[in-house]
Amino acid sequence: MADYKFHILVCGGTGCQSSNSHEIMEALKQNVADAGMAEDCKVLMTGCFGFCEQGPIVKMLPDNTFYTSVKPEDAAEIVAEHIVKGRKVQRLLYVDPENEEHVSDAKHMEFYKKQMRIALRNCGFIDPENIDEYIARDGYAALAKCLTEMTPEEVIEEMKKSGLRGRGGAGFPTGLKWQFARGYKSDVKYVVCNADEGDPGAFMDRSILEGDPNSVIEAMAICGYAIGAKYGRVYIRAEYPLAIDRLSIAINQAREYGLLGDNILGTDFCFDIELMFGAGAFVCGEETALIHSMEGQRGEPTTKPPFPAESGFWNQPTNVNNVETWANVPVIFLKGADWFRSIGTEKSPGTKVFALAGKINNVGLIEVPMGTTLREVIYEIGGGIKNGKKFKAVQTGGPSGGCLTEKDLDTPIDFDNLVAKGSMMGSGGMIVMDEDDCMPAVAKFYLEFTQEESCGKCTPCRVGTTRLSELLTDITNGKGTLQHLEELKRLSEVIRDTALCGLGQTAPNPVLSTLRTFEDEYIAHVTEKTCPAGKCQALLKYEIIADACKGCTLCARNCPVGAISGTVKNPHVIDQSKCIKCGVCMNNCRFNAIVRH
Amino acid sequence: MVKIKSLEELKRIKEQAQNSVSLRVKGDNIENMIQIRVAMATCGIASGAREVMNEFVEALGEEKIDNAVVTQTGCMGYCYAEPTIELTMPGKDPIIYGYVDKAKVHEIIDKTIKHGELIDGIINSQHKTIE
Repeated sequence: MADYKFHILVCGGTGCQSSNSHEIMEALKQNVADAGMAEDCKVLMTGCFGFCEQGPIVKMLPDNTFYTSVKPEDAAEIVAEHIVKGRKVQRLLYVDPENEEHVSDAKHMEFYKKQMRIALRNCGFIDPENIDEYIARDGYAALAKCLTEMTPEEVIEEMKKSGLRGRGGAGFPTGLKWQFARGYKSDVKYVVCNADEGDPGAFMDRSILEGDPNSVIEAMAICGYAIGAKYGRVYIRAEYPLAIDRLSIAINQAREYGLLGDNILGTDFCFDIELMFGAGAFVCGEETALIHSMEGQRGEPTTKPPFPAESGFWNQPTNVNNVETWANVPVIFLKGADWFRSIGTEKSPGTKVFALAGKINNVGLIEVPMGTTLREVIYEIGGGIKNGKKFKAVQTGGPSGGCLTEKDLDTPIDFDNLVAKGSMMGSGGMIVMDEDDCMPAVAKFYLEFTQEESCGKCTPCRVGTTRLSELLTDITNGKGTLQHLEELKRLSEVIRDTALCGLGQTAPNPVLSTLRTFEDEYIAHVTEKTCPAGKCQALLKYEIIADACKGCTLCARNCPVGAISGTVKNPHVIDQSKCIKCGVCMNNCRFNAIVRH
Repeated sequence: MVKIKSLEELKRIKEQAQNSVSLRVKGDNIENMIQIRVAMATCGIASGAREVMNEFVEALGEEKIDNAVVTQTGCMGYCYAEPTIELTMPGKDPIIYGYVDKAKVHEIIDKTIKHGELIDGIINSQHKTIE
């Protein structure tokens, strides 16, 4: 086999692929071949590097140069300069916003300095479509260790000792879950991977499946051995086509190697995995709804108990874990439960992957040890708030979570601390908001989401979320009263206490948490009929300051509804009954004569 | 693909596959790697730089020195002394050796890389690497 002297890694995550990373790879391959270096230089596609803000990413090895925002037409220069002449292409290097210096090595970027990648260990490192590369990174060694050196009970003990908690949101101890599933006797048991990632803005599960599908397969097999299951199922949403492709390739390669199938690694353990597709309903992330959907029934939750461990898929004992949880499992067996415990906090060991989104400079996927503070995540890794605006709040936990503010920034992130602060971990979406974001409008956004995603089975959720969303619509339209706020609170509490499943019980969280921390803003909406953030269009008013207006007519000419009148060189006036509050006049005025309030 | 039927067979596949990712593992830790850059412009190649480069890769492999990477670079400007190589030991300034042939490759590995001993053939002690 030829020894390659260079590797060029091209990010093949969904984000970078939609920015033409496939064409970049083809162009690089072509240029490498044209330079006569096809035998010296290998071009391959990996999973997500996480720094999506700067994508598409191309990484050069062995010198570890990190090129950002690459375009297909840059391929020729990369090959001619970097590969052939050994010179870095300066204009494609990342520029540190602090000191404007070019940074060539990812290790020296603020974005990566505080990160620790366990679940994402192979994302952006291996070719996800080549099982050999996973094996080269100790892949399937954990499964081999479990099968040949440990009893199922010992496997479960090790999991319990590691303290790994479910990364899907609730944080239930994984080892304990496995123990319950083992405890129920049956000839047929199932191991299920919950890949129904639905929180707005969260994409860690997709990235793991796209970048390192074998880690999930291996972990499911380990669980199968531990609980005595032969059958594995991955429930994945059909709108993740790339993840489905990569996972299917990985499953086929694992079968060819006999790492799935009968008598795995020469033992009498048999295990195989099938994919099942979901239609992308948020509620199907809830494990009982997920199981019903797998059975071909409506994706509606049922009350627990019975828990899936007792009666799950086809009424058989079933263990469901989330993708990110699975990705942690093989490492725990390779490096030991004690090692895992040494990372993170006492009650939440290990790391957590977060998807940073919203008004933050470095949008992307990050993984940090539990106990890292929100400040470190937002300001150091995330690079702070966009356009130098002021931080207002960060929403964690998706539609079930809440908003955390300035005073919570130094809270070490773990499952329990976030709950204590009135939010939750959720699957790890983090949406950062600045001074221009209106909190009642944010609450309304999430309520509209849960209202739409409610399966409709129980009344508190079906009708309750609709009413909540109507109340919020009134408030943001200036039709609210103090009575509305009382009603919001009362109804929220009723839904929280009476809804059937987690979706409904947590749906009022965005309302309760914003009402608690931003009560002033709600009151301003209902008593003064103003939106302090200047977001709610119905509450805005544009006016022309007569003294400042030069009568240039620019605003009148640009107004899409003809609401502005006046003659040349005389102050103009806005007809409030016609104004649709689009703000075009204000953006066009050269004399700052138009104010919004 | 042949089925993997035991732990030993898994280990064997791992060893075979190791090659394909070892360059990336090294790249992750490039500051602590011995870096050898071979000047591969036209003059270098005409004087045998490609053979020198391959000799380095093979010899380092035989000697089991796995904390080294060999890459190519463009013309370093010492055309009179081709093939030339730039050797950077971790934490040290780069050294340029000129007139490198296969025998010299082994000498560089035995003396400079293994024992940090400088040998004849350094052609410019003021050399600075170009990023």
